[in-house]
Amino acid sequence: MKGKEVMDTQNISLLEGRQKQVYEKTAGAPEGDIACEKTSLSGSVSQRACVFCGSRVVLYPVADAIHIVHGPIGCAAYTWDIRGAVSSGPELHRLSFSSDLQEMDVIYGGEKKLYKSLIELIDQYQPKAAFIYSTCIIGLIGDDIDAVCKKVAKEKGIPVLPVHSEGFKGTKKDGYKAACNALMKLIGQGSTEGISKYSINILGEFNLAGEAWIIREYYEKMGIQVVATMTGDGRIDDIRRSHGASLNVVQCSGSMTTLAKEMEEKYGIPYIRVSYFGFEDMSKSLYDVAQHFPERPDIMEKAKEIVRDEIKQYYPEMQKFKAALTGKKAAIYVGGAFKTFSLIKALRTVGMSVVLAGSQTGNKQDYKNLKEMCDEGTVIVDDSNPVELSKFILEKEADLLIGGVKERPIAFKLGVAFCDHNHERKIPLAGFIGMYYFAKEVYESVMSPVWQFAPRKGGVK
Amino acid sequence: MTTNASTMTAKTATQNACKLCTPLGACLAFRGIEKCVPFLHGSQGCATYIRRYLISHYKEPIDIASSNFNEETAVFGGSHNLKLGLKNVTQQYKPQVIGIATTCLSETIGDDVPMILKDYKAIMGEADLPTMIFASTPSYTGSHIDGFHTAVRSAVQTFATGGAKKNMLNLFSGMISPADIRYLKEILKEFGMPFMLLPDYSQTLDGGPWGEYHRIPPGGTPTSAIADSGSAAASIEFGSTLEAKKSAAGYLEETFGVPRHSMPLPIGIKATDRFFALLEELTEKPMPEKYEDERRRLVDAYADGHKYVFGRKAILYGEEDLVISMAAFLREIGVVPVLCASGGKSGLMKKRMLELIPDLEELEIQVREGVDFVDIENEAKVLKPDFLIGNSKGFTMSRKNELQLIRIGFPIHDRFGGQRLHHLGYKGTQELFDRIVNTVIEYRQNSSPVGYTYI
Ligand code: SF4
Ligand code: SF4
Repeated sequence: MKGKEVMDTQNISLLEGRQKQVYEKTAGAPEGDIACEKTSLSGSVSQRACVFCGSRVVLYPVADAIHIVHGPIGCAAYTWDIRGAVSSGPELHRLSFSSDLQEMDVIYGGEKKLYKSLIELIDQYQPKAAFIYSTCIIGLIGDDIDAVCKKVAKEKGIPVLPVHSEGFKGTKKDGYKAACNALMKLIGQGSTEGISKYSINILGEFNLAGEAWIIREYYEKMGIQVVATMTGDGRIDDIRRSHGASLNVVQCSGSMTTLAKEMEEKYGIPYIRVSYFGFEDMSKSLYDVAQHFPERPDIMEKAKEIVRDEIKQYYPEMQKFKAALTGKKAAIYVGGAFKTFSLIKALRTVGMSVVLAGSQTGNKQDYKNLKEMCDEGTVIVDDSNPVELSKFILEKEADLLIGGVKERPIAFKLGVAFCDHNHERKIPLAGFIGMYYFAKEVYESVMSPVWQFAPRKGGVK
Repeated sequence: MTTNASTMTAKTATQNACKLCTPLGACLAFRGIEKCVPFLHGSQGCATYIRRYLISHYKEPIDIASSNFNEETAVFGGSHNLKLGLKNVTQQYKPQVIGIATTCLSETIGDDVPMILKDYKAIMGEADLPTMIFASTPSYTGSHIDGFHTAVRSAVQTFATGGAKKNMLNLFSGMISPADIRYLKEILKEFGMPFMLLPDYSQTLDGGPWGEYHRIPPGGTPTSAIADSGSAAASIEFGSTLEAKKSAAGYLEETFGVPRHSMPLPIGIKATDRFFALLEELTEKPMPEKYEDERRRLVDAYADGHKYVFGRKAILYGEEDLVISMAAFLREIGVVPVLCASGGKSGLMKKRMLELIPDLEELEIQVREGVDFVDIENEAKVLKPDFLIGNSKGFTMSRKNELQLIRIGFPIHDRFGGQRLHHLGYKGTQELFDRIVNTVIEYRQNSSPVGYTYI
């Protein structure tokens, strides 16, 4: 066993090139924007993934399509059934297909192999469509995947959609765009017959642990038709006719705003941005939709009724959690910044304050909003890494970290509670019931007696 | 390759891969060197996905730096990014060693990493720089296990020096669990001969709580020990398909004349006997009584449980070396591993298995390399095994076909404690045996109309 390590975490300095992406809200702090939307600094252990990841995340829940990752095996292997997006029917999205390029393919090109793979897979699985993701290597060797897709689409009579998601050609956000481009090719192809005037599409809701079903039910109770949930529990046919809806309701602003904007341009469908996390934002997302249909006051009435009933149902439990959690401090580091806003509000509902707020992909406006929202003393970070995150968690004495799989062990190692707010979660956190689960999970982790043994609590010898 | 009773049709795409990519193995091996940071030369995504994947099994922070290619890098080469990345990671992590592995991307654009490193050293001045290990790991030429061995060999190539022989042993234990590593270290200690085990991630990937964030977790094989490996008395290397020309022990034998003793992973009594016999020979000491006891208990358990497992059929999958050794163990207890499958493609699997299981063909045991889970599942439908043995990736197949899955190896991300599972030696075999017997008993108990309470 080694002797005591030199404990110098808290004395670390930020890397040159990262200082501008970290901001502490204090009285004397300089004004100006937080640097963001940059590619990650080389050698900084960024928590971000790549363009491909962005595309895969968005399109993943389309359950009746096959998703084929064109490239060497890794990218496909690491994304095999990794997310908690569930389907009410077909489950093709949970399979992992790859052209698994070998050395000779890299040298001579992988188009033939892709073509053959596509034909065989389509014959075997009879999907409604196929998405072909090009990964780093493909961008390099220059396979013409568009041509292959076109050819196969013609032969097989289903949409075969290229997703240009070479990992190095930008950030995760560019992957969202590539996914939206692919979806845009589908939209407008189906019949809009039978679509009511009081109808919406739900965008950027991925049906993790069935969240889209919860949200959909609220809207349907309000008397609104939901045409497509893009892409939670997604179906190709729904997407194809989604241009018939009256309004796009966009959650997770980072991923699908592009699509909403394009649909507005092309089909004149307006969009609103919402969030389904926390009582406050969830209620607002129902009201905002209701407001869009002023000629039908019954919709608003129904929305109010839902909010009232739901909150009433969970209120007593929530008070219990709040009593225990009041005064505790949380750190947030998630993918999109929009989610951070909701989380701050949700945490305030249960009496907690936020001491660190960060995201992988926030933009200037997001960080401006964050600055305004956050309390004095809060640290705001863009594209952070484990060393920085742990430094702030310890410095600010956070009791809880909210993040994803890669952040989880950081929290646990340091004896800090954790709540998973990423794409792999198996418990729904959206909607009113989701807020209850969220509070419960936070409570169960923060209040667990196991932390007494953590070194920072003086527990372990 | 055997094709008897096969339902397999040639297919082009890989469906649900039974392998991972090369740099993952390299990063894992680098995690087993003291004060070493793994660094992937390529795009950010690969590093992040690999981290995420390793974290889900080990449940420990795993920091892997990346040179984070962008479009320009891909066109003009990764030299600038690599140098900047090394500088940053050195500043932030203060490593003594940086383990650099390439990804498909940097390999394909043809970055000459050793050249870049030379350049970097010239610019930075050699004195205070961490030592750099370099492993070339394009994924389109192998799988994670190949990356693992390449990294181990590179580490030895980087550090080992020759010189006067020392009374010391090298053990290259392959891709095994942290618990297995701890057990092997305990055995070697009991034999009383100094040793070097590489890689040793028993603490770095299965350690205690921290008061502060450890940029590099404590533990790992000390580089001074790796340096000594060139003057060791002998090397033991586990891995049936690991050839001398690709292995660390092979390098030491060729370069410094350190004799290489290669053997399968010691799973089962026969293989473990062989391991202990080798240790007795090399250390000139008898097997410590403690292990005699462990062996006796295991033989006793084999007797107590033999009827439950005799003639049961299993499908076995995972890394080739693990599959080969597990198959030999299963034969020892009377289980027939009707299909032994791997996503790896050494071309050696069947040959090695025949050495351990001479009646392989009569038993109609199928050995398949380069397969994926769709292939395995198709076979399962025909072969109708009693249970599956392999990593978590077989869960979907097990659920769909109502086959019990006994989890071993890597990755185990749908159960708790995968990193603490024993597979090796008498103790590991004991655990595996108990689990297999209990799986059969549980099945019988649950499907019995009476639901008996004694076995
Ligand atoms: S590009 Fe290569 S190294 Fe990167 S994830 Fe894909 S297979 Fe692995
Ligand atoms: S960076 Fe490129 S190779 Fe790596 S995971 Fe992303 S797409 Fe795949």
